[in-house]
Amino acid sequence: MLLVVLEHERGELTEAAREALTFGRSLADKMDEGIEAALIGSDAEPCVNQAGEFGAEVVHTCTHELLSDYGPDAYGAVIAEMVAELEPAAVLACGSERGNEIMAQAAARLDAPFVANCVDITPGYPWSMTRVQWGGSLLEDSILDADVALFTCGLHAVAAQPDDGADASVEEFDAEFDESHCVTMVKDRTVQEAGVTLPTARVVCGGGRGVGSADGFAKLEELADLLNGRVGCSRAVTNLGWRPHSDQVGQTGTRIAPEIYIASGVSGAIQHWVGAMASKHILAINTDREANMVVKADWAVIADLHQVIPAITAEVQRRKG
Amino acid sequence: MKILCCVKRVPAPGAKINVTADGSQVDAAHLGFTTSPHEECAVEGAVQLREQHGGEVTVLTVGPTEASEQLRYAASVGADHGVLIPDDGSAWDPQRTAAAIGDAIETLEAQNGSAFDLILFGNESADTGGFQVGIRVAYRLRRPIVNGIKGIEVSGDGTGAGTVTARREIDGGFEVYELPRPCVLGVKEGLNLPRYPTMKGRLNSKKLEIQSLDIDAAAGGQRRVRLHRPAEQVSETVILGEGPEAAVAVVDVLEELGVL
Ligand SMILES: Cc1cc2nc3c(=O)[nH]c(=O)nc-3n(C[C@H](O)[C@H](O)[C@H](O)COP(=O)(O)OP(=O)(O)OC[C@H]3O[C@@H](n4cnc5c(N)ncnc54)[C@H](O)[C@@H]3O)c2cc1C
Ligand SMILES: Nc1ncnc2c1ncn2[C@@H]1O[C@H](COP(=O)(O)O)[C@@H](O)[C@H]1O
Repeated sequence: MLLVVLEHERGELTEAAREALTFGRSLADKMDEGIEAALIGSDAEPCVNQAGEFGAEVVHTCTHELLSDYGPDAYGAVIAEMVAELEPAAVLACGSERGNEIMAQAAARLDAPFVANCVDITPGYPWSMTRVQWGGSLLEDSILDADVALFTCGLHAVAAQPDDGADASVEEFDAEFDESHCVTMVKDRTVQEAGVTLPTARVVCGGGRGVGSADGFAKLEELADLLNGRVGCSRAVTNLGWRPHSDQVGQTGTRIAPEIYIASGVSGAIQHWVGAMASKHILAINTDREANMVVKADWAVIADLHQVIPAITAEVQRRKG
Repeated sequence: MKILCCVKRVPAPGAKINVTADGSQVDAAHLGFTTSPHEECAVEGAVQLREQHGGEVTVLTVGPTEASEQLRYAASVGADHGVLIPDDGSAWDPQRTAAAIGDAIETLEAQNGSAFDLILFGNESADTGGFQVGIRVAYRLRRPIVNGIKGIEVSGDGTGAGTVTARREIDGGFEVYELPRPCVLGVKEGLNLPRYPTMKGRLNSKKLEIQSLDIDAAAGGQRRVRLHRPAEQVSETVILGEGPEAAVAVVDVLEELGVL
């Protein structure tokens, strides 16, 4: 059996959980095994039907009253117990922040290997898989010897797709559980009311070291505002203190996926590129025709951004009237 | 406060990552080396806590002897002690790395006669990105850990019993965790803005005495076969112009994409 660990938020499966089930369906086929799901949390019940729609045949719920919120050690302890009791051949979660954390917690408890962010998995003795390194810039083929194989699939490695599956049956999992398993529970949560955010913006106006100063970003702000977009930046800019880290695009920053990314004065280092490559279109503004960002862009303007951006802003204002 | 930071030496590639002909590793022949931004922030966070509360910051790495460069860099921005666990030049899997670090921590704590109040890891290593070494080490030591941390506060002076409050970013806000000490955190870039080394820091770092601990551990269950680059998106770049007059063509594109 393949056990898929499901992430949920306010009574809904997250997109990551739907992806894990989608990825899990084809993996379970290759394993020639059934697919079951683990739903942990006292508020997880409403997600059972959604898990069924996405292909889970059995859903193991663990709704212990102490599990009233997310806690990495608690979730890890429950998964480890499920592995011991239900004896799945493999366990899969999605490689979101929580998914990777829960699986590492379970792996530590089981003293078993854990392979994060796989894009392809082939069952067998040993298992073989392809996983991402460097935030997606490099792929690693690996083999795995394990009594129980623990994986996450890379976030967005597949697009979530429902199955025409029937209803899932539910089995309540009786975890041996007490307060000692809940040392790291979420204690408080602050949600700022967010408008257009960097990960969801349709237009991102990104600036790199070529912008020259913190003040130089005013030109990018103005254009981004006009286009109802957001300003992004490179790590060089964050390190210089010109913009907050929350604006950083890349391996150690935010992954963006706008309709268009306008990258000005950004050289396009690989660690920046992995955060930008999901953009549908890219327009680069750079004085260097050979810059990686220019080479990889759909369109480019080879000129000083300080002249080009105000000209674009003026043209947008003219057409908007 | 006694704080330990675990950092990993990784190559610093530019526009693309090249792999050696046999696919066994990143071709670093013409590359510099660095530590992950996450781990740089861990070191900065530790030094800031020491500046507030007193104590000592130790940096530890598992790697080749050259990894002492990364320990010296940490010393140049304020770390007090460096510990190197020499590897055998092969890429250690995460279970093996975690076991070696766990042994090292037990050795160091026995030497010191006390536990580190706080141990900091990066959320994931920059190159292999296994997302697990810190969590394995914390479990082995039976200390709590939370990953993805971008804010740290300690109760009291950070030593002895007490708590560490840690903030983790979520979409449009953050979650707060409270961990009893001693504890472990996996931190992310954005925790702080790491300082640059000063002249004095650089001089001090040359004098850093690096403690070498010969520790090995059994290989884990995952083994690398080969590294390769993902298929590249090839696109023919259309040059829209070489000056501000290109603005008209740029806005035509925006109009076509429906983002105006
Ligand atoms: C492990 C690791 C993780 C990293 N994570 C990230 C990350 O998440 N995000 C990230 O961005 N980086 C990251 N980096 C850093 C990355 O390697 C680069 O150093 C960084 O992206 C460079 O930023 P930049 O393009 O702004 O600067 P530069 O490389 O200095 O490029 C500046 C560009 O501006 C152009 N330019 C200059 N003046 C003008 C002008 N007047 N008009 C137009 N163009 C001009 C130049 O031609 C050049 O192309 C990471 C590095 C490592 C090792
Ligand atoms: N070779 C190493 N030496 C020291 N610390 C390491 C090493 N490998 C991993 N770490 C630490 O463990 C964290 C998580 O690593 P990983 O599980 O490989 O993603 C890193 O951010 C480092 O803080």
